[in-house]
Order: sequence, then C-alpha cells, then structure tokens
Amino acid sequence: MSLPNQADQGITFDTFMEGVWRQNPVFVMMLGMCPTLAVTVSAVNALSMGVATLFVLVSSSLLISLIRNLVPKEVRIATFIVIIATFVTLTDYLIQAVSLTLYEALGAFIQLIVVNCIILGRAEAHASKNPPLKAVINALGMGTGFTIGLFALGATREIFGAGKLFGMTLFGDQFQPWVVMVLPPGGFFVLAAWLLLFSLLRSKSATEGGHAHD
Amino acid sequence: MNQPSQIQTPSGGKMIATMVLVASICGVLIVGAFEGTAGAIAENKRIMLERAVFKVLPGAAGVREYAATAAGIQPLAAGEAVPARGVRFYAAYDAAGVLKGIAAEAGAKGYADTVRVLYGYDTKCQCIIGIGVVSMRETPGIGDKIITDAAFLKNFEALDVRLNSDLSALTNAVRVVKHGTKMNAWEIDAIAGATVTSKAVGRGINDSAQKLLPMLVPHIAELKP
Amino acid sequence: MSMELRTSPHLVSDRSVERIMKHVVLALLPVCTFSVWQYGLSALALLIVVTTTCLATERFLNRAAKQASTLNDWSATITGLLLALTLPPAFPLWMGAVAGFVAIAIGKALFGGLGHNVFNPALIGRAFVQASFPVAITTWAPPFAVHRFSEFIPSTLTLPFMIPNDNAAWIAAATVDGFTGATPLARWKYEHFVYPVQDMLTGAASASSGETSAILLLLCGLYLAARKFMDWRIPVAVIGSAVLVAWAFRLYGGEAFPPIHLVVLSGGLVLGALFMATDMATSPVTPLGVWIYGAVIGVVTVMIRYFGGLTEGVMYAILLGNALTPLIDKYTQPRVFGTRQQRKS
Repeated sequence: MSLPNQADQGITFDTFMEGVWRQNPVFVMMLGMCPTLAVTVSAVNALSMGVATLFVLVSSSLLISLIRNLVPKEVRIATFIVIIATFVTLTDYLIQAVSLTLYEALGAFIQLIVVNCIILGRAEAHASKNPPLKAVINALGMGTGFTIGLFALGATREIFGAGKLFGMTLFGDQFQPWVVMVLPPGGFFVLAAWLLLFSLLRSKSATEGGHAHD
Repeated sequence: MNQPSQIQTPSGGKMIATMVLVASICGVLIVGAFEGTAGAIAENKRIMLERAVFKVLPGAAGVREYAATAAGIQPLAAGEAVPARGVRFYAAYDAAGVLKGIAAEAGAKGYADTVRVLYGYDTKCQCIIGIGVVSMRETPGIGDKIITDAAFLKNFEALDVRLNSDLSALTNAVRVVKHGTKMNAWEIDAIAGATVTSKAVGRGINDSAQKLLPMLVPHIAELKP
Repeated sequence: MSMELRTSPHLVSDRSVERIMKHVVLALLPVCTFSVWQYGLSALALLIVVTTTCLATERFLNRAAKQASTLNDWSATITGLLLALTLPPAFPLWMGAVAGFVAIAIGKALFGGLGHNVFNPALIGRAFVQASFPVAITTWAPPFAVHRFSEFIPSTLTLPFMIPNDNAAWIAAATVDGFTGATPLARWKYEHFVYPVQDMLTGAASASSGETSAILLLLCGLYLAARKFMDWRIPVAVIGSAVLVAWAFRLYGGEAFPPIHLVVLSGGLVLGALFMATDMATSPVTPLGVWIYGAVIGVVTVMIRYFGGLTEGVMYAILLGNALTPLIDKYTQPRVFGTRQQRKS
C-alpha cells in the first residue's frame, strides 16, 4: 500500500497533532482546496465550514472505525461514502436550522463536503484500520487542522477585503478595502502567502528541532 | 495485506448484508435529523421571508404566499411549487389584517451574475415603494452600491408601474436612464459608474412587473381578507 | 576580494539586456515628461513612488534570495515607469506602491526573475490594483489644471490604507468648463458620445497618465524600432488588427459601434502595443508567432471593449496574449534546415 500503515502504534500526542501540523490538510497535504478557496471570504464562513467538516470527519471516522471489521474490502469505499453522505446530510439540516444566512453563504459547499478528500482519505487510511478512540482523536486533529487552515485564510481575506473581523470594523470607516481579496483571485493569493509562511515555519522547525520527517 | 482471509472474495450475501445494515443505520440517522430540524428550518425560512418582505413593504406584519397565473391567483402552501407559467408573489398584511402591498422577486443579468431583487408593490398608488437585494455577485465597491446608494434607492420610493387601460401591460415600461436625467416617475436614475448593475435592476423589475401585474391586478380584491 | 570568471563566448555584442533596457527607459522619458506637464506634481509623485517601490522590491527580493542585485539591468525601472503611466494621474500614492510591489514580487520575482516571467510585470501590478481598488482606478483627473505645478490633486496624498480623498472640490476649483471625469471610451459606452480627435491627440481627454499622447508615443516607439530595440511587427499587428476589426464592425454595424479613432487613440492601446506587448520576455520569438500574438491582442481588445462589461480591454488582452505566448512559439517553430516536416501519423 502506498499509504503508511498507521495501525501499529498506540495513541500518542502525534495522533492528534498529525493533522494540525505535520500533515495539515490545507497547508501540507493540500486537500479540500475547493471549499478552502471558495468559502473563505470571511472568518465566520471559514470557521463554520471548518467546524462542519470537523463534525462530518469525526462522526464518520467513529462509525467507520466501529464497523471496520464487519465491512468486506470490496464494498468498503461504497460503505464509507454512504456513511459520509449521511453525516453531510445531517450537517446540512443542522446548519439550516441554525442559520439560513450562513447556509446560503456556504451554498453548495456543504453538500460538497461529501467529496472532500480529507474525509474519505482519513476513513481509508486511518479509521478503517484503528480502534474508535484513536480514529476519533486523529479525526479531531485533522478537522482542527483543516479549520485552522480555513480560518487563517478567512480571517486574512476578511481583514484585507472588508477591514473587518467577524463583522466588526477594525480600522474605522475610512479604511479602503482590497476588493480583490474577497474575489476568487484573492483566495489564491492568500493561500499562496500562507503556504509560503507555513513551509518557512516547517523548514525552520525541522532544522532547529531536528526531528525526523517522513 | 497481512490478513490472508481478506484476499478471498467474501460471499455476495455478506456484502449485501453489510450494505443493508449500514444503509439502515444511515437512514435512521437521516430521518431522525430531518424530523428534529424540520420545525426549526421552516421557522427560519419564514423569518427570512418575512424580514425580506417587511423591508420592502414597511409597516407589514404578516405574509402569505400566492401564485398568479393567467387563470387567476391561488394561495400556495409553504414550499409548494408555482404552477407552470405562473409567478410567485407575496401578499403582505399589516397588524389589522389590511392588505399592505405585494412583494415579488425580479432578476436580470448584471455585471457578474444575475442580480435578484425583491420589490414591494403598493396597490393604491400602483407603484413600487421599495426594493431589497436577494442575491448578487456584483463588484464590491461599485455594483453593490445598489444596496447602499441613497440616491439610487430614492428611485424606488414611488416608481410608477401603472397598468394601461386594458390591463395588459404597463402604461410606461420601467426604464433605466443615465445618472441625473430622470424625468418621469417610471424612470430609474442609474448610479454613475455602476450603470450595468443599475440597468439589471431596472430590467428585472420591468420584466417581472410586465408579467405579474396584468395577471394580478384584476384579481387584487381576492387578496383582501 | 572577488574574481570574475567568464565562460565563452568572449566576444560581446553591444546588444546586451542592459543596453536595450536603457534605451527603452530613454524612450519612455518623453512620455513621462508629457504626463508630468499634463498633470503636474501628482503625476510626478506617482512616477517616482511607483518606480522607487519597484526598485526597492527588486533589491529586497534579491537580498532575500541571496542573489546579486539585478537593479542595474534597468528592467525594474521600466516596469515602474510603465506601471505609473498606466495608472490614473490622481491615483493615491500608497495604492501605486502596492501596485509596484505586486508587479515585481508576484509578476516577476516569483517566476524566477527577468526572462522567466510569463506575464508583463507592470500589467500584473495594474491588474491587481484594478481588482483591488476598482473605484480609485476609474477616478480620473482633469489635465492642464491651473495649479498643477504648485499643488497635489487631493487623492494623491491619501494616507496609506485609507479611502482616497474626495477630489470634487479641487476639480470644481481647478477647471473652467464641465469636467465629466469619464474617459472617451466610457463616454462612448454609456452615452454614445464621440470625443473629438484633436482632444485625444493633445491629451485633453481624461485618461491614465501616459496614454493620451499618441503622437509622442509613436515617435518614441519609432525610435526604438529604428534602433532595433523593439520588434516593430508587434505594435503593427496589435493596432492593425484592432483597426481592422473596428472598421469591420463600423462597416456592418454602423452607428452602434464607435468610430475607429476612438478605438485607436484611447484606452492605452498605443501605449500597450508599443511598450507592453513588445516586452521581450513575454512575447513570441518566431516571426509568424509575433503576427499571431499581435493580432490576438488587437482582436481581444476590441471584443472586450465592445461586448464585455469593461470599457477598456488592452490590459487583459495583453495578459491573455502573454499566456498564449509559449503555445504560439511551440506551434510556429520554423522547420530546421535540411529536415522534413514530420508526417502526422
């Protein structure tokens, strides 16, 4: 298998931190770029999308891990997708019940969580091979990492693009918004800037801390 | 793989059983979630619609949904689809139950995408007395002035949409004119620098009013409680 | 102590990058002077700030990448001057600085420096501020204002990150006749107003700093072409194809389409065709490719102006042409002498 076998070790700090730092979905694995670029026009949208994904990731990982020994290998992808789709539908209803404004802002990207590579990737590479607790902790880490990534983009784009953070005006009403930041090209610019920063940080910590990279 | 048992193809029965089991669990979860949130979602939708309608028809306190067709008007249940060639509109009533006005949606292609607005129609003056943007993707800072520009919104304090004598079309089509040249009550003064978006609003309202009002006005008495 | 090591060839042609670039700067100087004469202190300040930002960004990124300074190849200077000439004269200086930084950092350095950039850096800078500050970049100032050499246009001196100051009072005080603040192309698009030719030739129309002096631009371009520092085919192809398409539309569409002088003399077509489309790093090298490239730019410009939402289209047309350059080069490679054309299987 091309994916490293993660079934052997017990639960360590790295089980959680893997998704936050070493294998951050946005900054390192570059997974789920579609919602990352599309919904991060404001901090609220980014955070909600991150939390929605986190919820789907954790609940589907738990369920998949619970039934991992029951599912025949041949139908595992189909099973995983059904389970993921279920939790996406749940999330869809929940967000509509909480706020329709938010629901319209996130648009089709809620339904599209179902095809987010992070979730199926975690199900296949981790949850289907590990006991429930470990799978949930790992999913929490991945979801947190994704949320952090989205929030970093959303906050930057909202600060530059509207002069606000969480809808609060930061620099007074004379601030000139950088409209490009809330347009699609701005998403790419900001993502690129964050990737640059993150890889600088990572290469720095790698040379200083000297811990091994895989 | 280190588990040789997984290499052998399991029987079709086991696969089907697993899928059925998983699907049942998922089905139960979805039905539960739907039942649990349906009330809140319907309430949210109602609040959102009311807020939008009250904004374009100040003083309204209640909303009912209707559809207008060539045959007349009929009430719609929440979420019900509009009959073919019909137009959805909302009748707004004040606290005493008196008809306050009609709200309907208009849309036309703007600079980036369709600009959708909700307009409030006053039955007494036969004019449009307010608009609110439902959705748009116009350039922030230019096209989105249609939400904030006071001079532009002033166009919609009494925009003339009277029907002609045989009630088949508007007496004067709603027209968007260059900034600062509005002469008549049926003209819309465009925002300087945002002409494309202004024109989309005007065209959308004209198209919608031309279609809706001839079907609606002859039956307007039916709306009064 | 350092020692210089060089590999062959040891015969040096005088047509080095520095020399070409230096002559382009020279050719741009009259255009810059004209724009300062038209718009006074504001245009001068914009030219200085944008160019300085470009140079400072180049130096900073050289240092960050631990390279030798590339300031003396003059390319950052050209980018700065060209960028300033495409901006409105009353453009806030801080926005000009943003444009300069983006032009060099994103438009050039990220691709690997001069020669590796896919797009014209100056246009990348302008595209960025056009998308960021759509209002400021379409706010024009009247040329030949009375006090232009003694005071700045208010919006020029806007504090960084702030909304541009309002120019209305200044314009009212500075101009005698009614200044509409719309470019000839905008006035055509929204009012079908035909600007008189002489106004557009003498720089009396409102426009970007360096786009109105068509005659001066042509003279400078002729100088560069004559000295073979520029491929004359590109501007000929760009302007020629634009004229052809505009003429065809005028012939068959009649009054619905603008007259040809409006197409050629406005919206920076001449400036773009002469100084930006001809950028050596971002235009094709094969003779046939150059014609195709120029024609694409000319046709796309007219299409954007006639059928797009924008009033002007030169910038995006050139960027599109830049993007097509590798493809054009690939498909117009001449046959190597002595070989046969490969048969398609």
